[in-house]
Amino acid sequence: MVAAFVRLKLTLMANTFRRSSWQTVGFVVFALHALGIVVLVTVGATAGGWLAPEMTGELLTVIGAVMVLIWWFIPIAFFGLDATLDPQRFATYAIPRRPLLAGLSAASIMTVPGAATVLATLGATLAWLRSPAALATALLGAPLAVALCIIGARAFTTALASAMQRRRSQEILGFVFLALMLGLSPIINIIAQRMDGVEWTAEQVRLALVDVSNVVGWTPLGAPWGMAEAAHSGQWLVALGRFAIAAAALAALWKLWGRALTRSLELPRHAGTKRKRIKGLGFFDRVPATPTGAVAARASTYWLRDPRYSGSLLLVPALPIILLVAARTAEEDGVIAPILLTLAPLVASVFGLSIHNDIAMDHTAFALHVATGVSGRSDRWGRALPVLAMGVPVTILFAVLSTMASHRWDWLPPLLGLSLGILASSTGVSSALSTRWLYPVPRPGDSPFKQPQGAAGAQLAAASATMGLTVSVSLPAFILALVAFLASDPMAVIFGWITLVVGLAIGALVLLLGVRWGARTLEQRSPELLHRVTSYGA
Amino acid sequence: MAQTVVDLATNAASPPPPPDPTAALSLRTLWKRFGETIAVHGLNLDVPRGSFFGLVGPNGAGKTTALSMATGLLRPDHGTAHVLGLDVWQQTLDAKRMLGVLPDGVRLFDRLTGAQLVTYAGLLRGMDRDTVRQRTDDLLASFDLTADRDKYVVDYSAGMTKKVALACAMIHAPGVLVLDEPFEAVDPVGAANIRDILHHYVAGGGSVVMSSHVMDLVQRICSHVAIISSGHLLAVGTVQEVRGEQTLEDRFVDLVGGRKDGEALAWLQHSSA
Repeated sequence: MVAAFVRLKLTLMANTFRRSSWQTVGFVVFALHALGIVVLVTVGATAGGWLAPEMTGELLTVIGAVMVLIWWFIPIAFFGLDATLDPQRFATYAIPRRPLLAGLSAASIMTVPGAATVLATLGATLAWLRSPAALATALLGAPLAVALCIIGARAFTTALASAMQRRRSQEILGFVFLALMLGLSPIINIIAQRMDGVEWTAEQVRLALVDVSNVVGWTPLGAPWGMAEAAHSGQWLVALGRFAIAAAALAALWKLWGRALTRSLELPRHAGTKRKRIKGLGFFDRVPATPTGAVAARASTYWLRDPRYSGSLLLVPALPIILLVAARTAEEDGVIAPILLTLAPLVASVFGLSIHNDIAMDHTAFALHVATGVSGRSDRWGRALPVLAMGVPVTILFAVLSTMASHRWDWLPPLLGLSLGILASSTGVSSALSTRWLYPVPRPGDSPFKQPQGAAGAQLAAASATMGLTVSVSLPAFILALVAFLASDPMAVIFGWITLVVGLAIGALVLLLGVRWGARTLEQRSPELLHRVTSYGA
Repeated sequence: MAQTVVDLATNAASPPPPPDPTAALSLRTLWKRFGETIAVHGLNLDVPRGSFFGLVGPNGAGKTTALSMATGLLRPDHGTAHVLGLDVWQQTLDAKRMLGVLPDGVRLFDRLTGAQLVTYAGLLRGMDRDTVRQRTDDLLASFDLTADRDKYVVDYSAGMTKKVALACAMIHAPGVLVLDEPFEAVDPVGAANIRDILHHYVAGGGSVVMSSHVMDLVQRICSHVAIISSGHLLAVGTVQEVRGEQTLEDRFVDLVGGRKDGEALAWLQHSSA
């Protein structure tokens, strides 16, 4: 069964390459990146293990724990997981749960991140070449670590997805992030306190590393990595304890995944809407009766009803908490204040970026726009206006909050100029690029965590292109704002107001041009765009 | 007698006549290739104004591809499509204003309610709010969806989804309706209602082009029919002309071929064990 799944996964991958050269290029770039990391880890671990085995062991424990953490949370927050072998598709084949899970896990290794993780984990064991006992323990820990990564990622996304089908997604995810942040805030505080007044000598760093790796080595995240380190120093009981922790965590995740999967297979494949009705026409009654107004009403409705949209704003409610935690530390030494200043521009760019692949999000429903011959202008503005309507107040709120927290009201004008400028220009860039660079996204009604085959590289490329363009057009505002933040009083105020004017002007210009360019491309290419989203499969 | 069309595109000696400006739909040497497959192979077709035109063909015959090219959804590699004398690919907006389209196999904006979706289609067409509201109510009532107007389309059954998509295609009172498989998944009562609505529409001067692979249905409700296979036009004319003395189904099988005797799957006979 496992072999069948692996073969199926490889066949599907090969077919993707045959169909799309762009996805092949994306895959190769992505794979080369991953290979670079694998080589780096292997060389680093081998050299470090030869020269300073203790420190390398501690370092590997911490880095390994971070890797597991990334596997668990990145799919939830950003990318979703490769859904080529969507378990839903096997629902009719009566495959018992255990072989199904084993097969899906094995197929997960046949992805770029999966294969890179396996190779990097094996490479890291080379750190123990000089101590056979530790090497043996490391080789025992390696599969545990890989399994924790892969099964953990599957377990959390599946559990969360099936929870989201039943309740309002935003509430659930908001709650998860809130809990996470609240859990992190004392840790941040402790670290901040301990750092207070410490001089950072090499010895101090070394001691901190020992502390951290000692703690992390006992968590499920670091346990499989910490085993070899303990074995190396002859603490066999510690190694055994860590093995037990890793194995127990793995068993728990396996069980969680199995349960969540069974539950999700019993639910309908596509998320319905809980049979809730609304009275009247909602946004459609509140917008001007024009094509632009109609598109805006439709987009706004989707912002509320489609987790693929509302999910992209996940971080926004979590940010004030980061802000509060950071502000408390900032009161003591004023070091964190610059971090506060990045929040408003970041939030602004999250809003703008949210529509950088909007036509792919419509999927073939876009046919309605093509069939009705709606103008490119109406299509583009209709999608951009809701983003601005939500983004402007939130961005202003964040700018005000972060200046308030840093006690620098004179920073408000430049911060507003920079952030609102970024909001407008990222919306403009998204409006333009979304008519050119489409990539497959989870289909409407699918879990936002189900990533179509070969989309990760394309998503990375399109999102970074959008981001890169936004940053480059906002460069003048960036520089002016920097001057305003750093200069002393009379200059700071003057440059602050200049930033406000220049930021807004650039933003408005990029927005207008981006929308216009996008509208023209859309009108020329709408049948091609429809054909493209059709090729993403029904 | 049925006018059996020998592939006009390959017959270079007689170029096809110019597009018929009086026709509801006039296709000339329409070609579309996907990779190695030629989906539509130099198709020439005139749909007379005021006809109820059925387009039939086996699976993969190129029906959907041809209708997509005729309605501005898919750019042809070669050839032209005219709607009521307007070139779909040159006077695109004018042509689209005349067209009501029900594409097959595309999604709807299904996070909207039925009423919202039909309203959306109306507003996208640039119609004013009162007209849109009036027609949305009328259409939902005609398609028996009034009770479900505030339900999300994603929760609709397949038949209801088809009906609401049909309502979207009709809200701007187009001159020509191009419907890809309009009866698929619709229950008998719903199908009878749709049939009445379409007949009424044709009686009022509209033209309907619909694809289907249910021959009985086409024979019963259409005035004209075209049979296409592998992207070629095999026969076209009034239903009476095309089918002659046979049923449309027999005529279709004669033209398209490919019948198997159906006794090959012996192992599927559980009673024989």
